[in-house]
Amino acid sequence: MINNSKSGMSLIVRTVTGLVVCFIMLFGIYIILHGHLSPGGGFAGGVMVALSFVLLVLVFGKDANATRISKNLASNLDSIGALMFLGIALLGFAQGAFFRNILGKGSHFDLFSAGTIPLSNIAIGLKVAVGLFAIFLALVILEKFKEGQ
Amino acid sequence: MAGINIIPLFVVIPLGAAFLISLFGKFIRRFADIAAVVTSLSLLVCSFRVMMFLQNTPGKLLIYKIGGWQPPFGICLVIDGLSMFILFIISLIGFFVTVYSLAYMEKYTDKSKFFTLFSLMICGMNGAAITGDLFNLFVFLEIASIASYALVAFGTGHEELEASFKYAIMGSVASCFIFMAIAFLYGFTSTLNMADMARTLSYKQGNSFVPFVGVLFLMGFGLKSALIPFHAWLPDAHSSAPAPVSAMLSGVLIKALGVYSLIRIFFNILGATQGFLSALMFLSVVSIIIGGILSLSQWNLKRLMAYSSIGQIGYILLGIGLGTPLGIFGALFHLLNHSVMKSLLFLTAGSIDYAGGGKDLRDMSGISKSMPFTAKVNLIASMAVSGIPPFSGFFSKLIIIVACIQKGYLGYGVCAVVGSILTLSAFMKVQKFAFFGERKDGAKNIKEAPWLMRFSMAFLALFCVIGGLMLLPSIRFFISDAVQVVVKGTSYSSIILEAISK
Repeated sequence: MINNSKSGMSLIVRTVTGLVVCFIMLFGIYIILHGHLSPGGGFAGGVMVALSFVLLVLVFGKDANATRISKNLASNLDSIGALMFLGIALLGFAQGAFFRNILGKGSHFDLFSAGTIPLSNIAIGLKVAVGLFAIFLALVILEKFKEGQ
Repeated sequence: MAGINIIPLFVVIPLGAAFLISLFGKFIRRFADIAAVVTSLSLLVCSFRVMMFLQNTPGKLLIYKIGGWQPPFGICLVIDGLSMFILFIISLIGFFVTVYSLAYMEKYTDKSKFFTLFSLMICGMNGAAITGDLFNLFVFLEIASIASYALVAFGTGHEELEASFKYAIMGSVASCFIFMAIAFLYGFTSTLNMADMARTLSYKQGNSFVPFVGVLFLMGFGLKSALIPFHAWLPDAHSSAPAPVSAMLSGVLIKALGVYSLIRIFFNILGATQGFLSALMFLSVVSIIIGGILSLSQWNLKRLMAYSSIGQIGYILLGIGLGTPLGIFGALFHLLNHSVMKSLLFLTAGSIDYAGGGKDLRDMSGISKSMPFTAKVNLIASMAVSGIPPFSGFFSKLIIIVACIQKGYLGYGVCAVVGSILTLSAFMKVQKFAFFGERKDGAKNIKEAPWLMRFSMAFLALFCVIGGLMLLPSIRFFISDAVQVVVKGTSYSSIILEAISK
């Protein structure tokens, strides 16, 4: 992944990024999954996950293998994230109210607790991560378009 | 689904439809068309159902607690006469515009993207109309605004992008003012629920706090509803957007986001003081006169209609600013009439453009021979908007002027009459240059619009003709319930809080 692309930044930046990018993404996922326990949540974590992809594009150039997510896939995943969130909200109708928390609440400070809230966080995280990355991709495509002229 | 559970559907249906269209619209042919029509039709049916339900409820008030949480801790959705009034207008115009755009948007490349954004815009407006929480109002306002920025730029030409950029900047400035005002109010009252906020404000007096927040709100919502010093975005945005979008923007968006929110916040939360009402009346009279003069001097058909919208918004806010029940009744009646007739006018401008007649009045001539239906419909809408007696616009303008004179504002009443004459002359100019006169050589092959477009225009025109019947006592409840909500003012809070605690 580090050597397969000639574009991008210098060797030092590539090596360091290759080492830390997994941790950045992992931290984003941690923030999403612990949204109901600690500060943060779907939006903040989603931004971190998106930024880890943005970092890859910046450092390894826009043609690197790791960042070959097409714009269509990104926008489809974006819609799926939104529909997941809406679906979770609609599940509340099973117990009589829109957005009602229908799952078991569990005990305090457990990872598997708070009913539908972690699920909503995952849906928002997916939407924000993919949506932000799709915006970045759109700007990259615009740049390619300008170079082409 | 019976009863009160219908209320969140006003947000759920368009939101779900928007993302389903963006997901499947690319793969399945005609999916976007079918989903959009089903969505807007079901919203229309839902609003009829809720209207019936509201009539049979004591107190004419429906409250839905989201997630079963008790307000003011949870968010509640409130439907009263005023919300119902706006909700019905959104659904009605939304349905006819959707049907129209099935045919009209064929000439653009990506119909599924259009209907995605369109559904999101409807979702935002519906949400803003039914929410009972001030921050939630802001969120829905932003959903509708951002969708409309993108829709204005839908043609992606030079002019469209410039107009959209201008609109986005001005709209964001408006949102900043509104956001700041909400933040100040939250800091002062420690609550975001509208009813709870009104109750707190009623006993906690800050000497200059409420006027300060009021000015911020007036600037923010003035920008959204295009009152005259804040109107600069409107002519560009309305004239360069695709015709169905202009119809939605001018017919519904500036009213649902601007006028409705202004009424709700000033009358039901802050309490309308005489100073605010005087400022509102002055600005709206300036809007009537300057909007009329500017529209008279335009040569671009859609730009002329856009400037006339500024004048008509002036009429609505003049009636609101009078603060008397008769004035508010006239204003809301004019709001209903104007959303129908201005959408109709933009749709006719769109069908002329669709048929190849162009946008500039100097280039078109004698269109009534090639497009007899569009010409008739446009004549009806023009006469309605300028207030010729049997049409709907006459009655609402008459009520506003009578209310002006009753309250003793003779000068404002005269200004309203002058504005009406200016509107009439502007639309007579359209008739003379566009529809009558000799047919030009280039105009020989112009054909009448497709039947889907004629269907929408016919129904809207029918309302322009018989709209005056809304004053009949048996169906007047639709407007007078809304007037009741405004007239009750800040006692809104005690009514809602009592209904919540039940």
